[in-house]
This record gives sequence, structure tokens and C-alpha cells, in this order.
Amino acid sequence: MSEGVLTESSTRAMTRGRGGFIRRWARDPWRKPTILATITWGYLAWSLLPLLIAILVSFNHTRDSSIVHLFSFQWWWSDPDSLLHDPELHTAVVQSLKLSITTMVIAVPLGVAFALGIDRWHGRPATGINFVMLLSFVMPEIILGLSLFFVFTFLLKSVPLGTTAQILGLVTFQISYPVIIVRARLLTIGKEYEEAAMDLGATPKQSIRAVLLPLLYPAILASAAIVFADTIDDFVTVRYLSGPASSEPLSVKIYNFARGQPSPAINAAATFMLVSTIIVGLIAYVIYRVITKGQHGGGVSDFATQL
Amino acid sequence: MSVSSEAAPVPRRRRRKTHAADEERVHYSRWFWPSFTIPATIWLAILFILPLYTVISIAFGTVDPIFRGPLPVYEPWWWSGNQFGRVIDDSFSFYRPVYVHTFEYVIVASAICLVLSYTVAYYVARFGGKRKALLLVLLIAPFFISYLMRMLAWINLLDTQGYVNKILTFLHITPHPIDWLGGRPSTVIMGLVYGYVPYMVLPLYAFLDRIDPNLLEAGRDLGAGPARTFFRVTLPLSRPGILAALVIVSLPMFGDYYTNNLLSGSPKTTMLGNLVDEAVNSTGQGNKAAAFVLILMLLVLIPMLYYMRSTSKSLAVR
Repeated sequence: MSEGVLTESSTRAMTRGRGGFIRRWARDPWRKPTILATITWGYLAWSLLPLLIAILVSFNHTRDSSIVHLFSFQWWWSDPDSLLHDPELHTAVVQSLKLSITTMVIAVPLGVAFALGIDRWHGRPATGINFVMLLSFVMPEIILGLSLFFVFTFLLKSVPLGTTAQILGLVTFQISYPVIIVRARLLTIGKEYEEAAMDLGATPKQSIRAVLLPLLYPAILASAAIVFADTIDDFVTVRYLSGPASSEPLSVKIYNFARGQPSPAINAAATFMLVSTIIVGLIAYVIYRVITKGQHGGGVSDFATQL
Repeated sequence: MSVSSEAAPVPRRRRRKTHAADEERVHYSRWFWPSFTIPATIWLAILFILPLYTVISIAFGTVDPIFRGPLPVYEPWWWSGNQFGRVIDDSFSFYRPVYVHTFEYVIVASAICLVLSYTVAYYVARFGGKRKALLLVLLIAPFFISYLMRMLAWINLLDTQGYVNKILTFLHITPHPIDWLGGRPSTVIMGLVYGYVPYMVLPLYAFLDRIDPNLLEAGRDLGAGPARTFFRVTLPLSRPGILAALVIVSLPMFGDYYTNNLLSGSPKTTMLGNLVDEAVNSTGQGNKAAAFVLILMLLVLIPMLYYMRSTSKSLAVR
């Protein structure tokens, strides 16, 4: 909005003298949005400060959850109950990483191929299939997780509950992210580049590989980061599909222990998950910047709108 | 969360023409594009549609007379409504308070989410200025922080020895620490708001950011005050965004059981999601769990269809 100094002072002069201070302030059309700013910064403090405290608790050297006994790595690696030494937590970390990386590797290519196909296929079946895909995106997770649990216990009994079932379930739940992100990107790209490539003699396959895919890299990257972050945090689907205790990833362990036996090691585990997702987010952002170098835009807000 | 703001709406007629032109110039084989969708389609058929059908088969199935486990019936003509009917009957008597809780909590929490996130999104979109990038980073941060971590943070804070009670007793607002985690609806609602509000802020921001500032200036030029411009221009323009955002947060809230389990764990605040979770974790209640899942699915069906329609519409227009 235009906030000219001249207009500002002249309106101030006009409203001066009428009514009390508050009234004058409320009437001033050029006043700063103080209330909105307060609410926004208050909201940010409320949403981020508790997390900061939770992270700091993991660096305690006592068992309680205050942040006066800083600063030690006891709950990270020196204590026998720490993240590194507790064999249960250690297995869980490995399981978490295994699940999220495998899910990412399977779900992203499936989703990207689907997005390309459904975007160019105009037919009645396409509408129906697309409907099912969107349905899997909006379905509350508990419904999806439980129906997968039922299908693996009653119908597809050859898949035992455990890592395989978890990966199959997670991919089902995550496949729609790359589809939605890549389709949004396809719409902004348009068909011109591909057509130009084919006019210059490229076959359809070549034009996809050499022209379209590179244009889609930012979207593919953003969706891979989202799938990874979302999978490593997932505990609803994973919990229903976990078999033996060794197949429970960190998120499920945290869920089980959070109320029962809170310990700074649990905070350390959660912080570990947080750090790994932030690292993946940062890597994605850096690659995003490198890919979009030279194109206009490419700032944080453009990355955000990719999400 | 597909929120790309760039593309301007293309008039429908012109789009059609371009398609026709495409087909003249470029010859894809008929199965070229459909073949791309086949792997994901097969995946969804086996691991999404089939499981949903299994749930229905269990809900309308019978019970194993010896082991008390559910016996799914896959042929629709042999379905029996006994199990499902019993759960429906119970829903109107025994489980009634649970449904009431669920609706109360979801409606109150969504309303708080809306007011909060609309204010924040509006401020960032209109007055973000030079700080916009920083504000956006701070708004995106919770996206990458797991739900569990965020609940864990509040378990630490709301504990009887946690910081909230320390501050309250220090300021002499309460003489004794309050047991926030012992089954208080207010704690559960706060947890729901805290958990889901980030999913609302970003789409609302993307929506409000797209509103043409010229429209607002036109309103002001024509003599409307700031408040009137807001209520007559901004708010009506943002209605589709508000509705979509409300659906985005209320759908998962209906199926939420973990917030409740982590921040309350008391039967006083049981929600529908908790019933499902408890039924599936106890033996011999498989039919009940499936029936509850089916009821939950029917409850969220209309908001779900609304959201899908609005998303596909916006994809078609762009």
C-alpha cells in the first residue's frame, strides 16, 4: 500500500483535535497495523518457543524437564539410556531412516509419472483415476492406516506386518504429494517447451527426458523433501502396520513413551528427527536455488509456494 | 499443499483450441500418456481401494464364534447388518457423548484456527514488507517439525512441574499447580489448534497474497474505510480460501486420537478417533473398529468431496 509521508502527516493534521487519543488513533487510516503485528509475532512465539524449550531439555544433565541444568550431551550419547546407547532407540533411528528413504525412493517416481500421464490424458477413465488419487490425499490418516491394517491381516496375508507392510502403507499415503506438486508445476510450465523440442526433431521420449524433466526438477525435489519429512514423522499408519518391536520407528517409540516414561532421551530422539528433517529441507532448498539459478524468482517465498 | 500463485487464469475457449492444435501437430501413440499412470493406478487399486473394501466387508461381516475375531464377508449379497447396526445403536445411546465431544472440539478448534491463521496470513500478505521472507520461514518451520515433537513440547510445558504451572504459581494466579494433562477439554482443544494451525496459515497466506491490491485501493478510493473495505472486499474474496482451509484442518481433526491420548488420556475427553484406536487395539473388537472407521468415513465424506471439487476446479481454471 502507498504510505506517502505527505498524506500521512496531512491526515494526522486533519484528525487532530477531534476526540480522545484512542479514537484518533483508531480513525487514522495510515496508522501502523499494531494489533495485527502483535498477534502475528505472538502467534510465532507461541508456535516456536515451546519447541525451543523441548530441544533444550534434551541437553539437560538431570532427568527433569526444566532447562536450568544445561548443557550436556548425556541424553544424546553418554548415558546408558541415551539415544545412542539404548539399543531400542538405536534400532528405532535406523528403522525410521530406512522407512523414510525407501518410501521416498518409491513414492516420488510413481507420483511424478502419474502426474505427467494424468495431466495429458483427457479421457473418462482419467477423471475417475484422478478422483481416487485425490481421495487418497484427503482421507484422514486413521482411516487409511486401519484399512491397510485390515487388508494385511485378512486378505493379503502373504505380507506380514512389519517393515514391508509399513513401506507399502506409507507409499500409498504419500504418493499424492508428488502428484499434486508436480501437476501444479506442469500447469505453470505449459506445453510450449516440449512442443518446441519436438518441432526441432525430438521424439516424445527425448522431449520428456531432455526438456520436461529438467523443468520439473524443483517440484520433484520439493515433493521428495516433503515425502521424507512427512514419513519420518508419521506414526499413525506405521504404528498400525508395525509387527515386532524392532519394526517400530522412532516416531512410534516417542508416541509410546511420551506420556508413560518421559525422559530427556525422548526429547533427544525428537530433536534428532527434527534436525534430520531440517537438514533435508535445507538440502532441498540449496539444490532448488542451484537449479533455479538464472530464472527469476527462486527465493524463499517461491520455494514455499512449491510446497 | 499445492499453492502456486503465478499462473493467470486462461480463458476456457482459447485453451480448447490449443489442445486441438496439439493433436494435429504432435502424434503421441494413444497409450503413451495413459501408460504413465498405470503403476500408480495399480498401486492405489491394491493398497487403497481394496483396503477400503476390506473395511466394509468386516463392518458388514460376521464374528468368528470361537475366537471372537471378525470374519470378513467379501460378497455383498451375504453382508449382514448385525454388527454395524449394533454400533449404530450404541452411537445414539452409549457413545453419544463421544460424538458430541468430537464435534464440539473440532468446531471450536477449527474456529480458533481460522481466526488466528487468518489474522497472521493477512498480516504477512498485506504488511509483511521487507520481513516477508523471514516471516514465511517461521511460518513454514512447524511443517518440518513433527507433530509428535510439538505435542512433546506441550507435555513438558503443561506438566505439574512444567513451566506453565511454574509461571502461574509464581505470579500467584493459582495457589497450586493445575493438572493440565488430566483430561481437560481446554487442553485438548489447545493441542488440536497447536497441531493443525500451520496447515491453515500457509494456504490462507497463498490465497490472500493473490488478492489484487488494486481492488482494495478501489474500495478505499470509493470512500470505504479500512474496516468496510475489509468486510466488503477482502473477506468476500477470501471465502473460497477460508472454506478450503477449514476443510484442510477439520478433516484430520475428526480422525485424531493422538492429541487426545498425549494431552489428556482420560475417558472424559474421548473423541471418535479414540474409539477407533481403542477398538483396534483390543482383541475381539475388529468388527467394531471397522464399523467406526466406516462411520468416520461417512462423516467426513461431504467436506472431503467439497475439498476435492474445489481443488480440481482451481486446477482446471489455472
